[in-house]
Amino acid sequence: MGREFKILGTTPPRPDGIEKITGKALFGADLNVTGMLHGAVLRSPHAHARIVSLDVSAAAALPGVKAVITADDFAEVENAANRDTLHNCMAHGRVLYDGHALAAVAAVSKSVARAALNLIRVEYETLPHVTDVDAAMQPGAPVIHQGKKHKLAGDDVSDNVVGYYSFGHGDIEAGFAQADTVLERSFKTAAAHQGYIEPNACLADFKGDKADLWVSTQGHYLVRDICADILGMESSQLRVTAAEIGGGFGGKTTVFLEPVALALSRKAGKPVKMVMSREEVFRATGPTMSSSMDVKIGMTADGRITAAHARLRYQGGAFPYAMVMMGAMSAFAAYDLDHVQAEGWDVMTNRPKMISYRAPGAPMAIYAVEAVLDELCQKLDLDPLEVRLLNAADEGTKSSYGPTFKAIGLKACLKAAQAHPHYSAPLGPNQGRGVSAGFWFNFGGQVSVSMAITPDGTVNLTEGNPDIGGSRASVSMMAAEELGIPFEQVNTVIGDTGAIGFSDTTDGSRVTFTVGIATIKAAKAVKAECCKRVAKIWEIDADAVEWIDGAVHPTGHNAGDFPPMSLAEIAAMAGRTGGPIAGHFEGAPDKAGVSFGVHIVDTQVDPETGFTKILRYTAFQDAGKAIHPDYVEGQMQGGAVQGIGWALNEEYIYGEDGVLQNAGFLDYRIPVASDLPMIDTVIIEVPNPGHPFGVRGVGETAIVPPLAAISNAVARAAGVRLYALPMSPPRILAAMDHG
Amino acid sequence: MADVTIWGSLRRYTDGAETVEVAASTSRELLEALVAAYPGLADQVAAGVSLSIDGEVYKDAWFTPINPDSEVILMPLMVGG
Repeated sequence: MGREFKILGTTPPRPDGIEKITGKALFGADLNVTGMLHGAVLRSPHAHARIVSLDVSAAAALPGVKAVITADDFAEVENAANRDTLHNCMAHGRVLYDGHALAAVAAVSKSVARAALNLIRVEYETLPHVTDVDAAMQPGAPVIHQGKKHKLAGDDVSDNVVGYYSFGHGDIEAGFAQADTVLERSFKTAAAHQGYIEPNACLADFKGDKADLWVSTQGHYLVRDICADILGMESSQLRVTAAEIGGGFGGKTTVFLEPVALALSRKAGKPVKMVMSREEVFRATGPTMSSSMDVKIGMTADGRITAAHARLRYQGGAFPYAMVMMGAMSAFAAYDLDHVQAEGWDVMTNRPKMISYRAPGAPMAIYAVEAVLDELCQKLDLDPLEVRLLNAADEGTKSSYGPTFKAIGLKACLKAAQAHPHYSAPLGPNQGRGVSAGFWFNFGGQVSVSMAITPDGTVNLTEGNPDIGGSRASVSMMAAEELGIPFEQVNTVIGDTGAIGFSDTTDGSRVTFTVGIATIKAAKAVKAECCKRVAKIWEIDADAVEWIDGAVHPTGHNAGDFPPMSLAEIAAMAGRTGGPIAGHFEGAPDKAGVSFGVHIVDTQVDPETGFTKILRYTAFQDAGKAIHPDYVEGQMQGGAVQGIGWALNEEYIYGEDGVLQNAGFLDYRIPVASDLPMIDTVIIEVPNPGHPFGVRGVGETAIVPPLAAISNAVARAAGVRLYALPMSPPRILAAMDHG
Repeated sequence: MADVTIWGSLRRYTDGAETVEVAASTSRELLEALVAAYPGLADQVAAGVSLSIDGEVYKDAWFTPINPDSEVILMPLMVGG
């Protein structure tokens, strides 16, 4: 592209920084209103049980209790997906996992609400349960829902299989026949929670037949439409405001509490606030899937992959879902292969329903692929980055999931990693170095942006995507760049569902891309209007003016000798030149441009304890164009750290009784600062031809490589390879003991 | 006529064909023609699909033009985190 930017690529202070560090930012649990009640939820202690009887009369009679609801307070929902969502928020007839909601109370205080829960009498008939994906697929396994089996699943699996997908091309058997070495390995990964710091929270307020909802979410339009359907409302009757969000990572792309809070508010006739405890977050919101996988790769002696095959079995909890397809499509996306196939099965179990977690479905699939690649490199005595470069996808490669790639940055990332001092730094005893490539699709979707110019020339930009990773800064910067004005002259806010048109959810690494395009188009409309107004003021032809660096100029001496008029000057006169100046864009931009990354990690494994220390970590990623490099770096670091947790410690642990045993951060261990070195980053910029500034989404790719990079590093440090995550100290020690 | 690549598990609805020919000038026409020719694809199309057209992935974009020489790949509806 070769375009010179004035604003993009700089690192201005984040616009939400002061509010957040001074405690003024309002998160999901921060809103309080007069007369507000507090909601609480009764949750199942069983993994699977029939609700024989449910008596809420004593709870309803407790002084201070204003409403009690059960499944009976909801009408049946026609839309199948929303019906499943309702049944996940409130059990209907059976509880399907430990933590499944079956009643809720609204009371004048939290303590009264909790006391009321203790008065609810439930008689359960426990039913057989299953929490492991391989067990759940076996014929004869307890079936979570009858009649949901995917019609392509086959006869050799149970009715819990709700999805089957296959992608690829070529003839894998012919490809394996060309290999000098064929390696097949089986892997397991545990369910990991998104680990957002802010628990799910909302405040619902019914007023007549309309309602307001304040909520911590990644998509308030999604929340509006699901809740309205569940509550039997029109979408226009529900106005949803997205609170400042304390993390989402995909976990807040559905509803858990919100329909319950709305139903309580409707029944009580008062506002109802609901805030999950951390235990509830673990037991009742969606983690990502756990997995069981087989990967087989054939390779020539010089490192060329001849064929690749993956079989992915994902466990996604107690309701139908469709996510293994993302794993199957991404598994081999980094490589230019003639013969490739990836198959995937979505499986139900007695666990909370999964929900997206950063690059959903991709990290575990790519972990298995990159681990087999690494083991092949060890067996054939080949350099891991050289092998990846030899096989890397590039512009023109027919991807393993079908499309032919346009310009992509994988080879640039691999070459940068090869040349980086980290890759050649010496290692000590019990230390090992691992690498992995990573991939995410990115996509576009629906977006609305409104850009209003205030009389002082400030740009008020309203968009409809909650800011979960710095989009207000990047959007303001793109507006400033397009308009040629200072960053500080742009103020970006997130409008509620009544303030601006529909926007898809903040997910898929789509926001900087789509809202950026919408912002640029809105800014162009503003510039055009300003030029038209100034031409009239100067009484010259409209094509005799042009926009340069935030002001309207005459196009040349022939146009007339006029001093430039700035945006502020034009805005000050707007009332007399035709009224307010604004621009807007509503549309569905596509052409998001895929994203690749490469991570290098050094680990040290203590042979006495099995403890893994992360010594050094460097992440390389193609951002297309890094709008605000600090935020891009933050996304890369955050993804790496979440991947470190997933690789080494994080896991949902279920007992034989199907009950979650570690529903809290004390027993579910996420990385803390003392576990980590500085995560170094190298931003690669291969512009996305589908965006005016070259932008690619950056939020998700960074969580993909760490699982395999760390596994590969541990294999080289410990001298023994593990085929399951997390690689917690006892597991590493056991593997070392068994040699 | 555009050539449309069908992902592996759906090929049992296209008599095993990896690529099928469809007469269409837009995404919507293409999906309608696909379902008309291969009714087994109807459930998946109704559940949601994306289309990759000449290397770009489109979600729910009915009026995206399709040229006779376009590379068209049927894909599941993309989801993210």
